[in-house]
Amino acid sequence: MARKITYQQAINEALSQEMSRDPRVIIMGEDVAGGAGTDGEDEAWGGVLGVTKGLYKKFGDRVMDTPITESAFIGAAVGAATAGLRPVAELMFIDFMGVCLDQIFNQAAKFRYMFGGKAETPVVIRTMYGAGFRAAAQHSQCLYPVFTHIPGLKVVMPATPYDAKGLLIQAIRDNDPVIFCEHKVLYTLEGDVPEEPYTIPFGEASVVREGKDVTIVTLGRMVHMATEAADNLAKQGIKCEVIDLRTTSPMDEDTILESVENTGRLVVVDEAHPRCNIATDVSALVADKAFDSLKAPIKMVTGPHVPVPFSDVLEDLYIPNAAKIEAAVRLVMGKKN
Amino acid sequence: MQLSKADLLKAYRMMKTIREFEERLHVEFATGEIPGFVHLYAGEEASATGFCMHLDGRDKIASTHRGHGHSIGKGCDVDAMMAEIYGKKSGLCGGKGGSMHIADLDKGMLGANGIVGGGPPLICGAGLAAKVLKTGGVAIAFVGDGAFNQGTTAESLNLASVWRLPCLFVVENNGYAEATSSKYSVSCDDFTDRAAAYSMPGIAVDGHDFFAVYEAAGEAIKRARSGGGPSLIEVKLNRYYGHFEGDAQTYRGVDEVKNIRATKDCLVLFRRRVEGAKLLDASELNKIDADVMAQIENAVKKAKAAPKPTAADLMTDVYVSY
Repeated sequence: MARKITYQQAINEALSQEMSRDPRVIIMGEDVAGGAGTDGEDEAWGGVLGVTKGLYKKFGDRVMDTPITESAFIGAAVGAATAGLRPVAELMFIDFMGVCLDQIFNQAAKFRYMFGGKAETPVVIRTMYGAGFRAAAQHSQCLYPVFTHIPGLKVVMPATPYDAKGLLIQAIRDNDPVIFCEHKVLYTLEGDVPEEPYTIPFGEASVVREGKDVTIVTLGRMVHMATEAADNLAKQGIKCEVIDLRTTSPMDEDTILESVENTGRLVVVDEAHPRCNIATDVSALVADKAFDSLKAPIKMVTGPHVPVPFSDVLEDLYIPNAAKIEAAVRLVMGKKN
Repeated sequence: MQLSKADLLKAYRMMKTIREFEERLHVEFATGEIPGFVHLYAGEEASATGFCMHLDGRDKIASTHRGHGHSIGKGCDVDAMMAEIYGKKSGLCGGKGGSMHIADLDKGMLGANGIVGGGPPLICGAGLAAKVLKTGGVAIAFVGDGAFNQGTTAESLNLASVWRLPCLFVVENNGYAEATSSKYSVSCDDFTDRAAAYSMPGIAVDGHDFFAVYEAAGEAIKRARSGGGPSLIEVKLNRYYGHFEGDAQTYRGVDEVKNIRATKDCLVLFRRRVEGAKLLDASELNKIDADVMAQIENAVKKAKAAPKPTAADLMTDVYVSY
């Protein structure tokens, strides 16, 4: 039975249902309960933005506040995953990856290969990314391309409440380390979500608009910018096919290539900085495997190669939007802007 | 802490196996046949043995670059370890890990580690799993004096204390972080000084003396198993070889290693003690020596003869499911 809930509620519901189903699932992170050891409420916050609120009340000690020591607790989640638990650790902002990256990319990501296929590390690292909160350079980055680069990690980028729930349940049940990237601007987005648990397989993109003229490949928050652009362009007679990757590792290459073979034109939209991001990765894929299908050069719409600025004027300029995407589409259609 | 005759024989065999494994690797590495980096544990055997003698299938350890001794102590297959170091398909990790990443999760050995300070956070997790799943297990992070200065170690000591985890943090202080003296790079005279900052016991022990290590380890493990929380143990010992094989060790004093071998060798001290107290006969220990020599000879022969991985092995074992 589906009803409308927010992206944030969908994540909370996925965690709650999986914790009820499997006693090995635990949550750890900074202020995931929020209030440990204080004289006040013991679940004052439920996560810095309240995403895990209510879980401590329901599951008690299985929701663990940690010291602000990301190396120790992300590493502890990884170690616990090798020893029989299925931890969901919260790295509050993806920007903080720098203080604990070793435990993710040298430890968790490599165990299986390095140990000859015998290790399983069923850990999920939930993390918040993206611009739009006026949170500036150290709390607004995308950085998911860094994780996507690393073999052994799966990288998940839900764009809707429905996907957030289904992909998170899949992530918790998956036996590989998963980086689960939540766009902070999407937390309040509402959408239809079934009450019962369900999973969405990794590596299956979602075609959110069908069209014959231009393929727009995108992910995360940019899916909504791209569909807005596609809807505006449809009124002008340009039919865009919008593909939401949903996961960047594994990535659904077939859906991208089939679409480009049909449309002959590609625009890739990625909020990340323009160098070595998902847009360049998808562009390289198409140039390599579907070059003969292309009727026009590939266009990329991305954030610029600068840190995310603070001022609202500057941040708004920084973030890709529907207008920029529409301009790129018109360009590959050979139309004047 | 009383050791049975069987335990004494087991301990001696463990130490001797580690010693011969490492001494033989030193010889074989010089031939150029062993690829990559190898860091030898010779001289430090009493430490791994003193701790691992207390452990069983519930328990987990994480090790360091210098991980062969801990692996043998935790029961990793010696033939498969040797094959791994030779990069063979029959190796413990299928030839994909090598000396610096030897691991056997089935044995509770969470891996040597190519990252200095990589192990302590993982051991917090292993301790947490033991606590949540109520296995009664303990988890031990072996780290060197170099790794004990890492932030990961400091964070892990705090976390283990805050969560009262069944963990031990064992700093094997051999006096050198690579080529830099711990006298220069460590802010305190003894690592145990740092234990108070994390509200845990700090115990220093002579790492040349198996019996001293065994006793200290036993107390800390008992405390952890019974819910008493983590401990910090500094084992003062020496390594007989360089940071890695090929290290000319020009930073060490003249005759430094020669003098240590002559006066502080853990195997010699062990024999002197048990033979002097008439706990074991020389003949029993000599038989172990001969057994171990044959075992290592056999392991090297098999490793040399074993096939390498094939191209098909390159792309497997990245994910559990794709």
